[in-house]
Amino acid sequence: MKRDYLLFILFALLVYAVPTFFKGGYLLNVLVFMGINTMLAVALNLLLGFAGQISLGHASFFGLGAYCSGILTATYGFNPWLTMVIAAAGVGLLAFGLGFPILKLKGHYLAMATLGFGIIVYIVLNETVALTGGPSGLSGIPNLKIGTLLFDGDLKNYYLIWTFALVTMLLSINLAHSRIGRALRAIHDSEVASRVMGVNARLLKVQIFSLSAVISAVAGGLYAHTMSFISPASFGFNFSVELVTMVVIGGLGSIFGSFLGAALLTILPELLRVVQDYDIVVYGLLLIVMTMYMPKGLAGGVAACWRLLRSKKVKAVENAQG
Amino acid sequence: MLRVEGVTQIFGGLTALEDVSFRVGKGAITGVIGPNGAGKTTLFNIITGLYTQTGGKVFLEEADISGFPPERLAPRGLVRTFQNIEMFHQMTVLENVLVGLHSRSRSGILSCLLKLPRQLAEERRMREEAHTWLEFCGIADLGGVEAGALPFGKCRLVEIARAMAVNPRILLMDEPAAGLNSRETADLELLIRKIRDMGVTVVLVEHDMELVMDICDAIVVLNLGKKLAEGTPRQIQENPDVIKAYLGEG
Ligand SMILES: Nc1ncnc2c1ncn2[C@@H]1O[C@H](COP(=O)(O)OP(=O)(O)OP(=O)(O)O)[C@@H](O)[C@H]1O
Ligand SMILES: [Mg+2]
Repeated sequence: MKRDYLLFILFALLVYAVPTFFKGGYLLNVLVFMGINTMLAVALNLLLGFAGQISLGHASFFGLGAYCSGILTATYGFNPWLTMVIAAAGVGLLAFGLGFPILKLKGHYLAMATLGFGIIVYIVLNETVALTGGPSGLSGIPNLKIGTLLFDGDLKNYYLIWTFALVTMLLSINLAHSRIGRALRAIHDSEVASRVMGVNARLLKVQIFSLSAVISAVAGGLYAHTMSFISPASFGFNFSVELVTMVVIGGLGSIFGSFLGAALLTILPELLRVVQDYDIVVYGLLLIVMTMYMPKGLAGGVAACWRLLRSKKVKAVENAQG
Repeated sequence: MLRVEGVTQIFGGLTALEDVSFRVGKGAITGVIGPNGAGKTTLFNIITGLYTQTGGKVFLEEADISGFPPERLAPRGLVRTFQNIEMFHQMTVLENVLVGLHSRSRSGILSCLLKLPRQLAEERRMREEAHTWLEFCGIADLGGVEAGALPFGKCRLVEIARAMAVNPRILLMDEPAAGLNSRETADLELLIRKIRDMGVTVVLVEHDMELVMDICDAIVVLNLGKKLAEGTPRQIQENPDVIKAYLGEG
């Protein structure tokens, strides 16, 4: 438990130090996306990694957050901070209402239901042209502002988004080490036993589904206000699957794993540009190999390497002494 | 303490329980025995709210708890262990017991997210109490071990520690001695007595007749879903119907 917080402090320092090395440009822009993806992966991990409930529609909560905040500011001129709160609350309520019927389902059926929801949202975003601008997108979304500080450049956005991402990670670590986090993992391992111990599994699943949706909606708001332009293509089925991949590749139930998964899946497409047309093939192969050889994800892999290194070091010391 | 009244359970065409009634005395150890498939586990599943019975009622200290889901029974002090161990295998032994304290702790999602002072204090208290239950069951040294890595015998003990953490008034155990060696069974017997001496009512499903006859104050015999007999261990041992049912089974 202490180790998680220590790791978090180191990680946070690293995150804030990074821009002193890259003052701007393309890479910083990629890192901004990485921050948003980290938020989303951590949010989904609460549901998928902790409670063990699949969602193939999480991109839609991200999208609804983005569009809600985007439309209210660009079209109706609201304050962006206010609209982000409205978006988060609205999406949270929607997820809460949706969660009760949907989370009664298990496994493949839950996957299908959340998939269906994602597709409905995608269609609505495309078809309600008057409101959303349809497939050609919504533009003119204002940047966020604190006093006179306008978040318009990559550097400012980097600090803005990573602050949100770090807060998300910290709160999730807190949750993981609490009675609620344990109850969620208990549901994952044996729902029946958890209920016998007094865990209201049904309600808790809905609550965590909503919390996950709220965080995703906040990420959506941040995305809309940093990009200034959004279109439905960013919030479709592909992205939902990509989010699940981040969580699984990173390591189910590991907060830092979610960061690793998000980082990898943000950077990989950029790196694979060198192999041009074959990028999808390489991408797919990499994911298959990784799931085969790192069943506990990147987080599990890193932990195993660490243990290996330590035992080698101990042996080396012993040899030197003996 | 616990009263089962005319409970019937039908699965499709199969009648697993038929009009079963009995009472469990407060502070006693009551055995429920019967050949394989007699309906013992089904009875437990009904009492603990995992199944909704086809007919009949269950009362806990005169309150009708028929159809209550398990999560409403834990706060009322009714809890159980499982025949096919239901461990939280990816969690440590201590965390397993901490889940047992769930219904007696209050912190909501928000205070857990923000680590509010009240939550921290509660967490400290919970950990202390969880440790005492590990000690109580003689597994204090296993707190940090991942439950999935434990040998079978220890799993049974973790399940009991976890159930005791709920602070039960009545504890239902489904074959706690199954798969244990004779030394472990002897320790288990002591543990069950210790639990009874704390004032917890115990209902015990068990095939180990020596254990049952040794510690039970009363016994209910089920056969093919029907109550066959009821009485003290001596009465049951001498009951010709019971002898026939067991011999007939082979
Ligand atoms: N969920 C279910 N669906 C259908 N049939 C069931 C179900 N649960 C139990 N049964 C059937 O009910 C009967 C009683 O089963 P139960 O598990 O209660 O027996 P038991 O007395 O606990 O046996 P054992 O000593 O082997 O544990 C069996 O014939 C079993 O196949
Ligand atoms: Mg059974």
